[in-house]
Amino acid sequence: MSAAVDSADLAIETHGLTKRFRTQVAVDGIDLAVPRGAVYGFLGPNGSGKTTTIRMLLGLVGATAGSARVLGDEMPRRLDAVLPRVGALVEGPAFSPYLSGEQNLRRFDAADRHAPSRTRDARVAAALDRVGLSHAARKKAHAYSLGMKQRLGLANALLMPRELLVLDEPTNGLDPQGTREVRALVRSLAADGTTVFVSSHLLAEVEQLCTHVGVMSAGRLVTQGTLEEFRSTGEERVEVLTADPGAARAVLVRLGLVVDGVAGTAGLETLLASAPRPAQGAGADDAALVTARLSGDSPAPDAIVAALVRDGVRVRGFAVRRTSLEQRFVELTGEGFDVVA
Amino acid sequence: MLGALALIPILIAIAIRVSGGASAGRGPAFLDQITGNGLFVGMTALVVATPLFLPLTIGVVAGDSIAGEASLGTLRYLLVAPAGRIRLLVVKYVVAAVFCAAAALTVVVVGSLIGWALFPIGPVTTLSGGQLTVGEGLLRFLAIGAYVTVSMLGLSAIGLFLSTMTTVPVGAMAATAIIAVAAQIAGALPQLEWLHPWLFTDRWLDFADLLRSPPLWDSFGANALLQFAYIVVFGALAALRFTTKDVLS
Repeated sequence: MSAAVDSADLAIETHGLTKRFRTQVAVDGIDLAVPRGAVYGFLGPNGSGKTTTIRMLLGLVGATAGSARVLGDEMPRRLDAVLPRVGALVEGPAFSPYLSGEQNLRRFDAADRHAPSRTRDARVAAALDRVGLSHAARKKAHAYSLGMKQRLGLANALLMPRELLVLDEPTNGLDPQGTREVRALVRSLAADGTTVFVSSHLLAEVEQLCTHVGVMSAGRLVTQGTLEEFRSTGEERVEVLTADPGAARAVLVRLGLVVDGVAGTAGLETLLASAPRPAQGAGADDAALVTARLSGDSPAPDAIVAALVRDGVRVRGFAVRRTSLEQRFVELTGEGFDVVA
Repeated sequence: MLGALALIPILIAIAIRVSGGASAGRGPAFLDQITGNGLFVGMTALVVATPLFLPLTIGVVAGDSIAGEASLGTLRYLLVAPAGRIRLLVVKYVVAAVFCAAAALTVVVVGSLIGWALFPIGPVTTLSGGQLTVGEGLLRFLAIGAYVTVSMLGLSAIGLFLSTMTTVPVGAMAATAIIAVAAQIAGALPQLEWLHPWLFTDRWLDFADLLRSPPLWDSFGANALLQFAYIVVFGALAALRFTTKDVLS
């Protein structure tokens, strides 16, 4: 479903990118296309190849086959030209435990030949300030909490002005405030035109943050495109909880909806399962759930409710259900806890 | 570790001082000269430290260089900075080499100071029988410190290479120290005489020529050449390994 985009507008572009470790294929011929300026959510269950892909994009791991271009240049051949423009948080932050947060940042900054030492003090201070760590700058890194380390990792990615940020699970270990701050940070960076490639398995986060989505499963990229495309592939449906299923069905059919189910509510798990029910003995089980598919030319949901009520249907609950990102995700990657090995 | 190295001359000086001198021909070289001239504490300490203690500390520094970063996870951040793989190796090797110099210097300087504090100081008698002033003698000792530093450069290269092979720093450290000891054992076996000129440990203790008058620099040159060969070979191996390595830590 990915639209054809001109290569020049892609921040990350891979063709048949593959990584094999001995006999195991970790990444299996993926074709990523991340437009410049996008906030690209890179989704996938644990062990689906996300981190290996990121490591290949950053030149830490050599690809077995295929090619990758980052910010228009081939990786890893043009690594020295590409990486100074890329900020990265890869598989959790890592620091020398006996150096302070500030010293750690200075050390990483000194490792970058393109980072001018003249402005180092100012840039380190600004990066620490941006992630809210200024007060802990002189603390030893081993005394940092997980959330503080995560923030310090983000600060490291922001030491220089970047065209692309690659963030692997950036909100891992952060408290709700920290998560919100990271989200705000990513938004503000994206607003400045920075492309953000963020891997996550937190779907709610991706839904709030991203403009584009790619889903990995067992080493393959099973889908990618804009968030809207991704969601619209799923369908929308209405659910009516009512004691008059027959009448409700008639109204819905008259409005042009395709009714595909009338069921008792017992044992049903729906959004409406928690809807208020009459007290026991007052006909608690006479209610049924009528579900129908919404199509493009269906009336607005509020008009549907109005029509139902006008016809005397006792509406006890009404919901419009869109396929959630989570549902789509599970559809694509399969159920279950088994890590693909 | 430099502190631990400094303990060697201190221990030797105090032991000699308390026991009231050593008889000639027993114990490490130069030991019997200490009571006559305190400057020899540094020399004796170098002779004692070179076969084991010094290589051990070099093994820790060189073995930790890359593997330590890998085990902390900081290696990936250094590489994406980007530090450049070859540049990182060179910097790490320079650090190890500086440590070699600091280690040898520590032993010589601390030894001279403690010897000066506990024993009489006088002109240094060379192996050729001549006399050197205290100043000249100290210069000779510094030259011997330089000799020991150069001796350790080959081992540092081996340690650096081993450090690129693993993400467990202790493994690289232990392997480096073991190789240093194994090479000396091989060097002590007459049956392996054909191998001896190729061992990086072969000339570790050949610094006595620097105490002749005038000093003979032949062994210094031969040792430097030997160490240089090791630096080239293991430096190349380390570069080959590290530039093609998948960094997964």
